[in-house]
Amino acid sequence: MTPQMADAAAVPQEFASAGAKGPAPVRVVVAYGFWIFLLSDIIMFSALFATYAVLNSQTAGGPSPRTLFDIRNVGVETLCLLLSSYTCGLGSLCIARRRLTGFYAFFGMTFVLGALFLGLELHEFSGMVARGAGPSRSAFLSSFFALVGLHGAHVTIGLTWLLFTVAQVVAKGPRPFVLRRLHCFSLFWHALDIIWVAVMSLVYLMGVRA
Amino acid sequence: MGKLTWSAIPFNNPLQMGASALIVVGAIGVFILITRKGWWPYLWREWLTSVDHKRIGVMYVLLALVLLCRGFIDALMMRSQQAMAAGGAMGYLPPEHYDQIFSAHGTIMIFFMAMPFMIGLMNFVVPLQLGVRDVAFPVLNAVSFWLTASGALLVNLSLIVGNFARTGWLAYPPLSEIQFSPDVGVDYYLWSLQISGVGTLLAGINLVTTILKVRAPGMSYMRMPIFCWTALASNLLIVAAFPILTATFGMLLLDRYVGMHFFTNDGGGNPMLYFNLIWAWGHPEVYILILPAFGIFSEVIGTFAGKAIFGYRSMVLATMAICILSFMVWLHHFFTMGAGANVNAFFGIMTMIIAVPTGVKIFNWLFTLYRGRIRYEVPVCWAVGFMVTFTIGGLTGVLLAVPPADFVLHNSLFLVAHFHNVIIGGVLFGGMAGYNYWFPKAFGFTLDRRLGLVSFWCWLIGFYLAFMPLYALGLLGMTRRMQHYANTSWQPFLIVAEVGAGVILIGIIATLAQLIVSIRSRDRRRDLTGDPWNGRTLEWSTASPPPSYNFAVLPKVQSLDAFWFAKEDGLTGPPATYVPIEVPANSPNGFVTAFFAVVLGFALIWHIWWMAVLGLVCALLTLLAFGWIERSEVEISSEQLKADDRARPARTGFA
Repeated sequence: MTPQMADAAAVPQEFASAGAKGPAPVRVVVAYGFWIFLLSDIIMFSALFATYAVLNSQTAGGPSPRTLFDIRNVGVETLCLLLSSYTCGLGSLCIARRRLTGFYAFFGMTFVLGALFLGLELHEFSGMVARGAGPSRSAFLSSFFALVGLHGAHVTIGLTWLLFTVAQVVAKGPRPFVLRRLHCFSLFWHALDIIWVAVMSLVYLMGVRA
Repeated sequence: MGKLTWSAIPFNNPLQMGASALIVVGAIGVFILITRKGWWPYLWREWLTSVDHKRIGVMYVLLALVLLCRGFIDALMMRSQQAMAAGGAMGYLPPEHYDQIFSAHGTIMIFFMAMPFMIGLMNFVVPLQLGVRDVAFPVLNAVSFWLTASGALLVNLSLIVGNFARTGWLAYPPLSEIQFSPDVGVDYYLWSLQISGVGTLLAGINLVTTILKVRAPGMSYMRMPIFCWTALASNLLIVAAFPILTATFGMLLLDRYVGMHFFTNDGGGNPMLYFNLIWAWGHPEVYILILPAFGIFSEVIGTFAGKAIFGYRSMVLATMAICILSFMVWLHHFFTMGAGANVNAFFGIMTMIIAVPTGVKIFNWLFTLYRGRIRYEVPVCWAVGFMVTFTIGGLTGVLLAVPPADFVLHNSLFLVAHFHNVIIGGVLFGGMAGYNYWFPKAFGFTLDRRLGLVSFWCWLIGFYLAFMPLYALGLLGMTRRMQHYANTSWQPFLIVAEVGAGVILIGIIATLAQLIVSIRSRDRRRDLTGDPWNGRTLEWSTASPPPSYNFAVLPKVQSLDAFWFAKEDGLTGPPATYVPIEVPANSPNGFVTAFFAVVLGFALIWHIWWMAVLGLVCALLTLLAFGWIERSEVEISSEQLKADDRARPARTGFA
């Protein structure tokens, strides 16, 4: 036996058994890959958070966070989004038990809550633009609109995707490939919540205190 | 038509017009040839819609080699300009053209030569080395490739319609802002890289998932070949770094298109923020490129020394250490920013620390070669050339990591020589080693050895001739990106560098000749065993070229260097029974999506808003349409598997 062989043979048993089963089932691979995508998405947001942290004091003589943010509006937005995540979870549980009526009801609620969130956000944005606090006013506002707007764009994509998956369930029934995509959607929707919690804390709560 | 008018075509510039005409005539010629020969159905079926990781890998490498030629022509033009334009002479390239050439050279060589070369080799090799049938998401893999190709197409389109950026390969603001670069050059740069960046990110996600979740039975982490480890590290870096690039370019686009103030001089914007963000991507990027090359050298050196790689576990540890440390050194690209002595000292020390795991690797390769029975085939020559060249490049890198020294050398030709030293000596040599090493696996015949050696020696000698003078010039005070210089005492050095570029040109011609000669004499150089180099890892256990499903029966891995030990123990015969397998059916998803991405990108570059909306809507509809239908699969029957497997004239497979 050569030294190299001894080296290979000395690998601890727990490592050796880790890959013993061969390729993971499709369901696991798809969800895992989607998780990796979500992590990359969160990194994109973190670049924008870093930008906001650098630029949020650069108001160029324009309005500052304290004069712009309406914390009550943000509270309602947060409530909508967190509740929508809850109903999304309930909907996922329903379809896992093949209770289609409950699934449609909960996903319908998720859509309405998500749309409400988006409506409130757009209302906030249009109010700011009307007051002369648009994205090109100052570096602070550029970074604010980019960060919060990117989250809003994600919610928009999420709502479109939600309609699409529900349509797939209607047309094709809860087949495995439809369920895999539904699972990815629900991961996506929860990830948007996590990002929103960071937006709410770092942008709005810290903004009105500053 | 937005900003697009006839004046976008450079009729008044004979040089650019000649190149454009050549490209257009060449493209039309190829199109007519394919149509006349009736090759379209074959191309569509076997390549354009293929979701086979091996075909996609081959297309990536082909793209890289084509763009190597394009980027190298840029390099030759710059070398000639600088060899001529001393003192009173102005050379033949006006500044505004010269600036486009160095920007295009850098952009193409990094994003469309080095990246596709490495991703292509990883795509081809990793599933084979892991002993599986494909990557985790085969259709997504095709989308990734075609988006990368779209970006490459847009960059080359800028030669014909409009112009390219004059900002250098990273488009630093405020120069890249609309105020100072009002034409479409920077937009070409940004949109082509945004589109190809999405492709790269998806490729990274795909390969990470493949390596972590799709491996042959028994292929535990500590039994994975080193190349799979380096591919894992490289793709983790892609997943962690490319979103930063997307966000950064996104912000610059918002500045340019809707007048925001991220990096502008006014409105509270901060250009240094761009420098930090772009290098938070950019430094990991150099490790995204070099880590797979390290993996290739590990495979090549192990195989041709006839020994298991020395210090496997230290190699894995060094790879992952580099993976993490690469995110902690970005500030060394701008020590001169004025962040203060303490910050500079931190990043200087981190940069020196990253040389430690790299040094570990060099010693591991040396100890693998030590007392090995080395066969000097072409790949191992590239590997040895790399070890010498890369070490020199690493040493000058450590020199630049000393902040006080960097204040003198910053943006000088010393820096240019340093990064070419590590990127040519590391990434390109690695790519060429991998190309020569795995070519017989991909096509079933070996490449010509003599011409391969000619190519290697020309590249090696040409590299030293071209870049050693630049070190000296950097120390003498010559800065980078000079279209013209007054100090005539620099000229002799630049003429030597020009000669070096000429020698590299011979190397590139030798590579092309090697390919042509090998194809013409392929019947003499067939690899019937599937194992032309007496390899150690699983890719050599299947036929050359491998069938679409790679392995008729998934190998059961017992150890590191699984195939080597299987050969030592005596191979078992073909299995008694075969289980039918399903492979994913072809899909035009990637090609169609990328087509609309090109339409979208072109429209956005030229502010043709109706076309942008059309491109976006069509791209989204394509995605939705393909998302609606269930992915179809083709079953390969057990009789077919048996027939294929037993048809191999010299079987070395094992089960």
